[in-house]
Order: sequence, then structure tokens, then C-alpha cells
Amino acid sequence: MDTFLSLYDGFAVALTWQNLLLALAGCFLGTMMGALPGLGPANGVAILIPLAFTMKLDATAALILLTSVYYGAMYGGRISSILLNIPGDEPAMMTCLDGYPMAKAGRAGEALALSGIASFVGAFFATWGLVFLAPQLVKIALLFKPAEYFVLYTLAFATLGGIAATNQAKSAFAAALGIGIAMIGVDTQTGVQRFTFGEVHLYDGIDFLIAIVGLFALSEVFVFLEHRDPRGAEAPRETVTIGRLTAPWSMLRRCTPTMLRSTGLGFLSGVLPGAGASLGSFLAYSVEKQVVDPTGRSFGKGDPRGVAAPEAGNNAASGGALVPMLALGVPGSGTTAVLLAVLLTLNIQPGPMLFQENPDVVWGLIAALFIANFMLLALNIPMVGLFTRVLLIPTHILMPIVAMVAFIGIYSITGSTFELSMMVGFGILGWILRKFEVPLVPIILGILLGNEMEVNLRRAMTISNGEWSTLFDSWLALALWAIAIFGFVAPIFMGKRVKRRIREAEEERIGD
Amino acid sequence: MMSDRVLGLVGLALAAFYIWAATIIPESFAQDAIGPSTFPMLIAAILALASLYFVLKPDPDPRWPSLNRLAEIGFALLVMFLYAQVLPVLGFVISTVLATAYLTWRLGARPVTALLNGVGTSVGLFILFELIFGLSLADGRFGF
Repeated sequence: MDTFLSLYDGFAVALTWQNLLLALAGCFLGTMMGALPGLGPANGVAILIPLAFTMKLDATAALILLTSVYYGAMYGGRISSILLNIPGDEPAMMTCLDGYPMAKAGRAGEALALSGIASFVGAFFATWGLVFLAPQLVKIALLFKPAEYFVLYTLAFATLGGIAATNQAKSAFAAALGIGIAMIGVDTQTGVQRFTFGEVHLYDGIDFLIAIVGLFALSEVFVFLEHRDPRGAEAPRETVTIGRLTAPWSMLRRCTPTMLRSTGLGFLSGVLPGAGASLGSFLAYSVEKQVVDPTGRSFGKGDPRGVAAPEAGNNAASGGALVPMLALGVPGSGTTAVLLAVLLTLNIQPGPMLFQENPDVVWGLIAALFIANFMLLALNIPMVGLFTRVLLIPTHILMPIVAMVAFIGIYSITGSTFELSMMVGFGILGWILRKFEVPLVPIILGILLGNEMEVNLRRAMTISNGEWSTLFDSWLALALWAIAIFGFVAPIFMGKRVKRRIREAEEERIGD
Repeated sequence: MMSDRVLGLVGLALAAFYIWAATIIPESFAQDAIGPSTFPMLIAAILALASLYFVLKPDPDPRWPSLNRLAEIGFALLVMFLYAQVLPVLGFVISTVLATAYLTWRLGARPVTALLNGVGTSVGLFILFELIFGLSLADGRFGF
């Protein structure tokens, strides 16, 4: 019952005119960002954080705006998957498989409407899952002492590469790089300078926003410069006719079991460490194919269930991913890492204490997610035509604007040329590391969590008088170590196989 | 194969540098059980191990862009650095027109389109952020 009371209070927080307006703006911007290839949820939210911060929104309002963008981007990714056969963001890849064939058959409108509804079902039930699961996880998290927290952070880094990681050394490299960057600046425990070499700008450490915006948003500009189409980008894109923008009842009824199964699977892979939305949609699609179409007669050729499954799956996963992020303070994916950055910017430390000390923030946020869901459904079905027109904006117009908004954001929080140059540095670093297939998310997470990880280690060591065995002293710690080791080792054996499956699906899409 | 080896060697050098920098962290009167340099050294050790792995078992080489594409990226990088430098001098509006126009042009637009996008982006963002949302963008010598 407590949960419902808290949720009720949350709605009281979220339901003000200002917050509703922000949610609407966030949903709109998010859908646009999700729809545009090259501007996914992570970098979309990233370039908006500094702006939300300097506009002096209060914590709840800023959170509502940015989580609406997050959910919106998850909805929007499907639009270009269906219409252009180009996923708007990574999790929307699977939607191409049946979405684009449907569009080619003149049923683009049906596919858009159906995927919008599937997104809603996935996100809506996942938000309920969040409501019930997060408080339970908080109860466990309250048993954590510094030693367990240190192991938990280790677990987060060990599993971040995910089940589809092909080279765990590169994930470890990235995590160490990020944590190493976090160490720069004043040591909070003793007050001495570390790794600053007398540079005044480094005394406060490197602001994680600079790194995030540089690594995610600016590096994208370099990627586009590298792959610029030499034949000239101004050639008009081929567009498909949309047709009627509704999904018939019979189709919805036929897809209902699919949506429910995919929601469950997606939610689970969102909650579990090392999975996330991309794997959620992949799992949902593959399992659904096994269940309803084992002989491969209609999947991949424009089966509506093949559109509903990955969309319900990836939206459910993005709701599920909020569970560990809010309850433990440990994000499991790139986009939730960026949401963690949002909270830290607002001076909110997620974790069990957040639920006890700032219940208004948590439940206000959850209420906002529900509201955002309904708004997105309303925005996405009748107004999808508007978003499809956004797709016609050529990248050479769009990417420079993205870069400039990135500059404005960082300039507005720092006002310094030094920090802008540093952001550009992170941008080119991000491009280089992407070439080496070094994942960027562990770097971000390292910068975000590095200090907290060290503080917990040092607290644990101080409590134990310097005995390292304290890290293995409780059953909880041992269980966390076991998961961490399994999560790090398993992909070494399974990663290539999972990756190959995903590649095969990708090739199928391109082969069409 | 070569690329990963180079990355590994750079990583090893970085780890060595990091460990050296950790050893010169000054002593403090407020001391805890493991001090301010143990954790950074642990991290550097992981960095070194991962880098060693790249040297010993490198992945296949990524497809590096051709020389003129690399130059393209280099020039864009230069323009962005310059943008950061001239922002406080020329002010937001002029600097942004120049930077946006350059990037638009290099991403494949015709020069006229590029200039129009530069002016439009600059003025549009100025109106949106400075005039409507009240952010203080760089003012420069001319006041805008």
C-alpha cells in the first residue's frame, strides 16, 4: 500500500502546469532525436543536461524534462527504422527487419501505429515493474556496507561490456581510462592534489559533462565527416508512402500476446546487468520468432508481430534499466549512465538513500514517466507524419547544429575556453576509440563512479584497519564477486556467438 | 593487427606515466588506511594489463579512412579548437556563423547553403538561448 501512497504523492509533484509542459517538450524533442539517425538517446540527453542545468530548473523539473527525452528517444528510434530501413538508434535495429518490408508493402502507417502502441505497452508495464521492483531492491541495498558497495561498482564495470562484448580487454581498458580520469583533482579524503600538475583548471577535476558531450555528441560529427557520401549529400532521399495511420483491431489482438511476452523479456534484460535495450529488443524478436513462426514463413517479410516484439522489448528494457540505476545508483547501459549524470549534476546521489531522503524526487520522476508514456502515445500516433518530415532534414544541416548546441551547453556551465577545448579533445578521442572498437560507455561510467568507488574502498579499508580480506567478508560480497566474475568471463565464451547472431540479423536487413 | 599493438603500447606508456604521477602525490597529515595513491595504482595496473593484451592478441585492424579524409577530420578538429579560442573575442554570433558554415560545407552542402545554415543556426540559437532562455553566451568585443 505504501507504494501506491508514494506514487500518489509523486503524481502530486509531477502534475503541475510547468512540469506537464516540460514533459511535453521533452517527449517531442526526444522523439525527434530518436528518429534522427546519428542522434540517439544518449547523446540527445547529454547535450541537453548542461542546458537544463543553466536554465535553473529545479531538480524534479529537470529530471522530468530529461527522462521524457529519454523515453521519447526510445519511441522515436523506430520511425526511421520503418521508413528508411536505417535504425534511428541502436535498439531500433531489430525493428527494421519487419518494419521496412511492411513499409515497402504500403503499410508504413500501420507499422508506425502498431509500433507506437507496442512501445507504449512495453514502457507502460515496465514502469509498473519499476514501481514494484525498485523498493524491493532498495531493501537489499540497505544491507550494503562500503565493502559491498565497492564490489557492486566492480560488478557494474565487469558486466558493462554486456553479453555481446567481443573483447573484454577493451571494456576493461575503457573502464580504467574513465576511472583514471575521475581521479584527477583534489582527493576528497585527504585534500591533496592528484594528477593536476599545477594546472588550475584541473583542481576541481574534469567535469563529467564535458567528457560525455565530447565523447558522445562531438565524436558523432567526426564520424559523419569520415563517412560523408562523396556523391554529394543533397540528393533527395527515397521516401515511402505512409498510408493510413491506424492499426486495425484484428492486428492488435493478434499482436497482444507478442507484446506481453516481449515486455516481460525486455524488462528482465533491462534490469539485469550487462544487457540493456539493444539486447532486450534482440531477445524479444528472436524468442518471438521461435514461438510464433519457427519455420520462418512470415518473420522478416513484414509480419506485424515482428514489429511489435522488438519495440515492446526495447521500451520495456529502457524502463527496466532504471531499476538498478535508481535503487543502487549503478546504471547498466549508456543511456542510463547519462541519466545518472543528470542526477549527479543536480546533486542527487541515486541509491537506497534517495528513496528514503528524497522520495518526492523518486516518485515524482516515476509519475512523470507514466505521464510521458501517455503523452508519447498521443504524440506518436496522430503526429507521426510530422516526425517523418524531420527525417528529411539532411545531416549536413543537422550535425553542425548539434555541435553548436554542445558548445553552448558546455560554455554556459563553465564559461571557459579551456573547457571547450577539452570537450573537443574528448570528441576526437571518442572518434579514435570508436575506430578501435573500445566502448565509450565504461569511460563515462568510470568518470561518473570512479570517485565513489574509491571512497567506498577507502572507507572499507579504514573500517578493517587495512585488511584487504574485508572485501570478501560477507555472503553478500561473495555473491556480488561471483556475479561480477561470471559477467566478465561469460562473454569471452558466448560474446562472439551472440554478436554473430546479431550480425546475421543485420546482414539480413541490408540484404533486403 | 598493427593498430591494436600501437594502442597497447600507448596504453602501457599511459599506465607507466600514471603510476609515476601517483607516486608523486604529496603526503598529507590526514592519512587513511590506504592513502590517496593505492587505488589509482590499482587502476593503472588494470590499464596496463588490458594494454598488454592488445599487444599480445591484437584484433584485426579497423578500416582507417584515406589520407584526405583524415585531413578532413584534422581540419574540422582545428576549426573546433579555433572556435573555442575566438569565441570570447569575436562573440557568439560571428564565431558560430563561421564554424557552422565550415562544418556544413565540409559535410557536403554547397557553399551558399552552408553560409545560410551558418547564419540561420547562429541567429536562431542566439535568439533561443540568449533572448528567450536567458543563458549568457559569449559576448566578445562587439557585444553579441
